[in-house]
Amino acid sequence: MSAAPDAILAVERLSMRFGGLVAVDDLSFNAQRGHITALIGPNGAGKTTVFNCITGFYKPSAGMIRLSHRDGQTFLLERLIDFRIAQWAKVARTFQNIRLFPGMTALENLVVAQHNVLMAASGFSFVGLLGLKSYGTAERAAVDKARYWLDRTGLLGRGDDLAGGLAYGEQRRLEIARAMCTDPVLLCLDEPAAGLNARESAELNDLLRFIRRDHGVSILLIEHDMSVVMEISDHIVVLDYGVKIADGSPAAIRDDPKVIAAYLGVEDEEVEQAEAEVGR
Amino acid sequence: MEYFLQQLINGLTLGSIYGLIAIGYTMVYGIIGMINFAHGDVFMVGGFIALIAFLALVAIGVSAIPLALFLVLLIAMGLTALYGWTVERFAYRPLRHSFRLAPLISAIGMSIVLQNYVQIVQGARVKPLPPLVEGGHTLIASEDFAVQLSNVQIIVVTTTLLLLAIFSWLVARTRLGRDMRACEQDLKMASLVGINIDRTISLTFVIGASLAAVAGIMYLLYYGVVDFHIGFVAGVKAFTAAVLGGIGSLPGAVLGGLLIGLIETFWSAYFSIEYKDVAAFSVLIIVLIFLPSGILGRPEVEKV
Amino acid sequence: MPNATASTSQPLPIVAALKDATVAALIALGLFFFLIGLNTDQGPSGALEVFPRFRLLAIVVAVVFAGALARALIFGRAPIGVGGTLTPWLSQAGDRIGPYVGPALLGFALVVPVLFFHNRYVLDLGILVLTYVMLGWGLNIVVGLAGLLDLGYVAFYAVGAYSYALLATHFEWSFWICLPLAGILAAFWGVLLGFPVLRLRGDYLAIVTLAFGEIIRLVLLNWQSFTGGPNGISSIPRPSFFGLPFNDEPGGFAATFGLEFTATHRVVFLFYLILALALLTNWVTIRMRALPVGRAWEAMREDEIACRSLGINTTNTKLTAFAVGAMFGGFAGSFFATRQGFISPESFVFGESALILAIVVLGGMGSQIGVATAALVMLGGFELFREFEQYRMLLFGAAMVTIMIWRPRGLVASRTPVLYLNGRKGAAAPAAQRKS
Repeated sequence: MSAAPDAILAVERLSMRFGGLVAVDDLSFNAQRGHITALIGPNGAGKTTVFNCITGFYKPSAGMIRLSHRDGQTFLLERLIDFRIAQWAKVARTFQNIRLFPGMTALENLVVAQHNVLMAASGFSFVGLLGLKSYGTAERAAVDKARYWLDRTGLLGRGDDLAGGLAYGEQRRLEIARAMCTDPVLLCLDEPAAGLNARESAELNDLLRFIRRDHGVSILLIEHDMSVVMEISDHIVVLDYGVKIADGSPAAIRDDPKVIAAYLGVEDEEVEQAEAEVGR
Repeated sequence: MEYFLQQLINGLTLGSIYGLIAIGYTMVYGIIGMINFAHGDVFMVGGFIALIAFLALVAIGVSAIPLALFLVLLIAMGLTALYGWTVERFAYRPLRHSFRLAPLISAIGMSIVLQNYVQIVQGARVKPLPPLVEGGHTLIASEDFAVQLSNVQIIVVTTTLLLLAIFSWLVARTRLGRDMRACEQDLKMASLVGINIDRTISLTFVIGASLAAVAGIMYLLYYGVVDFHIGFVAGVKAFTAAVLGGIGSLPGAVLGGLLIGLIETFWSAYFSIEYKDVAAFSVLIIVLIFLPSGILGRPEVEKV
Repeated sequence: MPNATASTSQPLPIVAALKDATVAALIALGLFFFLIGLNTDQGPSGALEVFPRFRLLAIVVAVVFAGALARALIFGRAPIGVGGTLTPWLSQAGDRIGPYVGPALLGFALVVPVLFFHNRYVLDLGILVLTYVMLGWGLNIVVGLAGLLDLGYVAFYAVGAYSYALLATHFEWSFWICLPLAGILAAFWGVLLGFPVLRLRGDYLAIVTLAFGEIIRLVLLNWQSFTGGPNGISSIPRPSFFGLPFNDEPGGFAATFGLEFTATHRVVFLFYLILALALLTNWVTIRMRALPVGRAWEAMREDEIACRSLGINTTNTKLTAFAVGAMFGGFAGSFFATRQGFISPESFVFGESALILAIVVLGGMGSQIGVATAALVMLGGFELFREFEQYRMLLFGAAMVTIMIWRPRGLVASRTPVLYLNGRKGAAAPAAQRKS
């Protein structure tokens, strides 16, 4: 499969083995720039492993992951270590079981995300230590950006509260806000709707659409909640046991028998058909 | 050549003692992922209990050495196990859900407590014991050097191998062993399937401590002395052994112990005795950097 | 955080309580029978013999029985530990007086030499306490802020002290040249050690730093030609008042300022010197907390994986923490060398690392005031209980365990954020437990 002209992310023949276990097997798919691409599949299908390969937390056993920026710059993510992927390739992520800095305030969480920008502004601490003005300006800009994302995620009133003390849904949103503060080109969300109620889910859909529309950020998401997936995805990739079983628009996926089989077990008619074929 | 062989024998003996202590580190680390920093001091307590029990037995008239040794073994293993249990119960169990480094800090505190407690109640001086098991065999005698294998060395090495066999069987074949391995995989899941994890963890400490007591007795027999701070250095070396062998692996702990014993002995014999601890500590650093999963351990995949 | 205490913390009926206490007493009997009940000492023949001490044993077991009974009757079977009964009270008290302790302590420290000019003992004790305050603050950067458990901090203290001593005795350079050099050398060693080992997980790192600390000590002990071995280095030059020596000669400090000569001048100078060094440590720490690097330290302590997902180079971040901490350890070491005039490997044993760590842990990891208070309380306590020298290490080990169980974040557990969205008011957030 060749990369389409405007694929922001091209995963080619990716495999990940843990000892004898093949978690992801020869997976290829593309994520288009400006699209919301969903990665779905039953539990244990290898979705999070794919994420960990893309964001550098695992080193793939085989395969290539190519990320391209708008200006034509490309990065081979399988060759970069995790923090370089965030810093250079501009891929941000959230985690299935939220990983905030619980003892720091929501605001501080978002400012930490702007570490590399601020680090340069503080002259790698030397300028900052002397309290020069240029750093102060940079810090104010960072706080303003944090304020913007707190506002967008409905957390403006909680900026000075500890992240660990926020409600579950707020923590999920704060993690997305934190990822956005790194100015990503690709945002990878690992089950952002898990544990959210219907209203929160709807708000999440709006937030993701806003991020894509107003900030031009492409989104790759793992999700179980079909109301989220079907409503906002432009493109869906279905995994089962580490293998891609379908790849297409939400409408096409909805009617794909293989997908239905993977989710619901094999349909009765198919069993009958198979039995007929073996001639019983 | 003879000199080399002699050092080999000495190294294996010393290594057996380290290996016995290392089993306690490796089992505890395997099951709850903490470095039981006080384990070296539990070994020291075991040595002290053995010393006092032996003297007490002599005082009440038990003078047959094999019988006395057997009783000392039982007493020291039992009571040191009680120490292991108590330490876990009071200093570690309440911290099972605390932040990551809390149990380690608590263990350092416990190590200080045990050392100073023994120092207070038994004094700071080195406690000597006349050799209990004497004699040995001359394996090779050339004109200028005779390779000796003493009876104590035979006892130390065979006891270690015997205990390793028993405990490997215990972990591989019994209900308790299965519970332990389950807890090692996933504590939460183990408790969900009905394993009493508090009891399993307690038993792990009890087994580790009783093996440390055996190591204490062997140390006492081999060197003929104990004092209140033999636990610190022996503990660090045994921990090195556990890491070198692959933490979580019982045969690994003994293998690592033997290797550390050999490295230390050969270093002292051929290079310099002053730097023997430096050699052991350097091995620890080098192993952790280049071979963190040890010789027989499994590589660990970071959970994200 | 599980909190199983609420439902189970009712007192037990008397029979159950007696049963619990009996079990506790039996365990105590098992634990203490040989070690306390029988003393070993040289007998008349010169060989080791046992001497019974059953009265002492009985007393200890009785105390355990009474303690267990009281606990069962008052608290029931509530698990000792996090969420225990003392915690809320302590944490409120600690958090409330926190803000006033700092200025009060600083003010007091400033006037100590004036108030106790003629009390050499208090001045010396003050210098000692301040040295540990500085060491505590230095280690606090590594342990408290960056969350890296360093069990070999004393190595950097040693590097600083020996660097200073060797430079000052061989090249006869002045204190003000040797001090920064010693700090830089310690930081250099910090980086040298840190580079390979900082990838290791928390507890492995702890053991490696411990091994490193021991290696440094053993090398100092055995490298006779360079370090003087167990004899150490003596006649290390004393500091001068920016070039004016503290003696009663015409060019000395007293003569220059028209004062009557007294040896106390030097002690007072040393007092203010270590106070200034400690305050420098504090100032740098506070500044760095407000900078991205300090924020990254704290974020790393909270969740390293999340840090990496945000593009933070955690290895470099750890290295800076290690190097800065080591540098202040080195400064403190050179101060120690110049104050003592004599150093030997004896001063740099693992127990020192443990003591400094205990100060940080007890004070509250990350809290500057907490660490200073803990240093004051612990060293002051050591002095108060001087007669019970043997027992103080026991108590101090027990305190480490107890603090971890009752108050894992230390005496001053609240963390003051550096940045505020809506101004400082109303931002006094309660301390949350760290995720495990």
